[in-house]
Amino acid sequence: MLSIDNLHVAVGGTEILKGLSLEIPAGEVHAVMGPNGAGKSTLSYALAGRSGYEPTQGSATLDGEDLLAMSPDERAAHGVFLSFQYPIEIPGVPAMTFIRTALNAQRKARGEPEVSAPDFLKLARQEAAKLRIEPEMLRRPLNVGFSGGEKKRMEILQLAVLQPRLLILDETDSGLDIDALRIVADDINSLRSPDRAMLVITHYQRLLDYVKPDVVHVLVGGRIVDSGGPELAERLEESGYDRYLEAA
Amino acid sequence: MSLTAALKTGDLTRLPGRRDEDWRWTDLRGLLRVLPPPSPAVDAVAANAVLDALGAPTLVYANGRPLEDGEVAIPPTGKGVFVRRFVAATAETSHHAEAPASVDAGGTLVLVDGFEGQADGYVSDTATPIRVGPGATLERLVLLDDAAEAVSVNLSEVELAPGATFRQTVLATGARRQRFETRVRHQGGGASLQLDGVYVLGDRRHSDQTTVVDHVTVDGSTSQLTKGVVTGRSRGVFQGRIVVAHGADRTDARMGHHALMLSEQAEVDAKPELEIYADDVQCAHGNTVGAIDEDALFYIRSRGVPEAEARALLIEAFLGEVTDRITYEPARDLARAWLVERLGALA
Repeated sequence: MLSIDNLHVAVGGTEILKGLSLEIPAGEVHAVMGPNGAGKSTLSYALAGRSGYEPTQGSATLDGEDLLAMSPDERAAHGVFLSFQYPIEIPGVPAMTFIRTALNAQRKARGEPEVSAPDFLKLARQEAAKLRIEPEMLRRPLNVGFSGGEKKRMEILQLAVLQPRLLILDETDSGLDIDALRIVADDINSLRSPDRAMLVITHYQRLLDYVKPDVVHVLVGGRIVDSGGPELAERLEESGYDRYLEAA
Repeated sequence: MSLTAALKTGDLTRLPGRRDEDWRWTDLRGLLRVLPPPSPAVDAVAANAVLDALGAPTLVYANGRPLEDGEVAIPPTGKGVFVRRFVAATAETSHHAEAPASVDAGGTLVLVDGFEGQADGYVSDTATPIRVGPGATLERLVLLDDAAEAVSVNLSEVELAPGATFRQTVLATGARRQRFETRVRHQGGGASLQLDGVYVLGDRRHSDQTTVVDHVTVDGSTSQLTKGVVTGRSRGVFQGRIVVAHGADRTDARMGHHALMLSEQAEVDAKPELEIYADDVQCAHGNTVGAIDEDALFYIRSRGVPEAEARALLIEAFLGEVTDRITYEPARDLARAWLVERLGALA
């Protein structure tokens, strides 16, 4: 589904990703682990299309379509969803309005009819109930005054409504205590599906105890330097990244 | 120094200009090399569908003169909604208008004042003094829709009796020079004041919202929120002064001014001032000028919303915080719709 080949990305003129290659087939969960400064956030921003993260070489495609040629909103309409490490507060825009605007913008881009206000309300309430999100939270401005856990769950609610094909989770465990982490991990697991790919980007193994990856990749110095099964994450937790850093 | 004096005497040296501290960002003397001739009387102006939709009694001033003489008057015991339209109907002419309004003890009035440029290049000067009686409430919405090359100046002097409530929201799109000045005096104790404004400016437009609030007695409250967006080569001016006199104890005064700059060539000039001579008071002010939050913009786009729409969403939410404070619902809806339309024209 997601195919990244020899991707080079520069930020402010400095090359951060230096030939990264990665394949994630539909239905699989892949983790990318790496030390600080390895290029983890750069990878997520480059895939989502943030300006200032300029691909200089290589390719990234989703089901054969060139992601790098698309604007961030076009990528979203094609099914890319980046769950932010620190979700942004949007004062003055109720969460409900925000998600509905996003859903209808995506549908419009795909040539699908908009979802009516009553239909949307029903859908949002239903998904919020599944995630045990209070309806009152949907009326509040998006993420304003939300706790770390609430912000992450609001990301999951967006996911549940927008139904992306490719889910990128950037350090989703940061800012969460162990109980909140468990809840968010359960929610993520409930979104696993045969026609969806997930890319879990994380520094620590903690999240991977709950969201079991099919494949673990090690990102060091802007390249994937090792790949393996879930046991690779455990090994990293014990021995750290030193081995790779020395080699790089 | 005032435009009123200059119009009355024909003496250009009486125009306020750069050297007058309160007018340094709204220079009329440097702009007006001649005064346009007096506006003629007219007997009809184009309708205003937006204001007509309120279905309220309406008084129309055309070129400074009331159109329907004596037929419509603001009921001083006030209850209900009243519309006043100040229409500049003839290009390249000048006029002065006086339009007082008052609410007697215990009355409740909603006043919607529209300033409309149906021609261009005019010089319009209006005085709209307001008196709010004991325990009375007046909520005022002002829509400034002046023409691009116009000079438009308004002075609203407001007197608040004990326990009076006055809420005002001024929405402005600017002109060649546009000045809306509100001076409020907390004459009686325990009065409540909300003084808000929005400016949406493009091209070479200029808009100045100046306020002076005098707390001379105890237990008064003032809450001010002004927000604006500027683009093109436009210029937004906010001058806010709150004076708390000796003995005006337990005054609660808050002032906020926040602006978004959408272009490099636009300009925002702000001068918030608090002068406090009493001891037991709560006063605060905040002033920010910045660009659109790029993190927020990317976040919204990453959810599928195209850039122009994402920007509009952020700007509308930013300014909507002001119009959300309007309590009379039809006026709040009108203000919100007005904003959305003006923002659309800006983009």
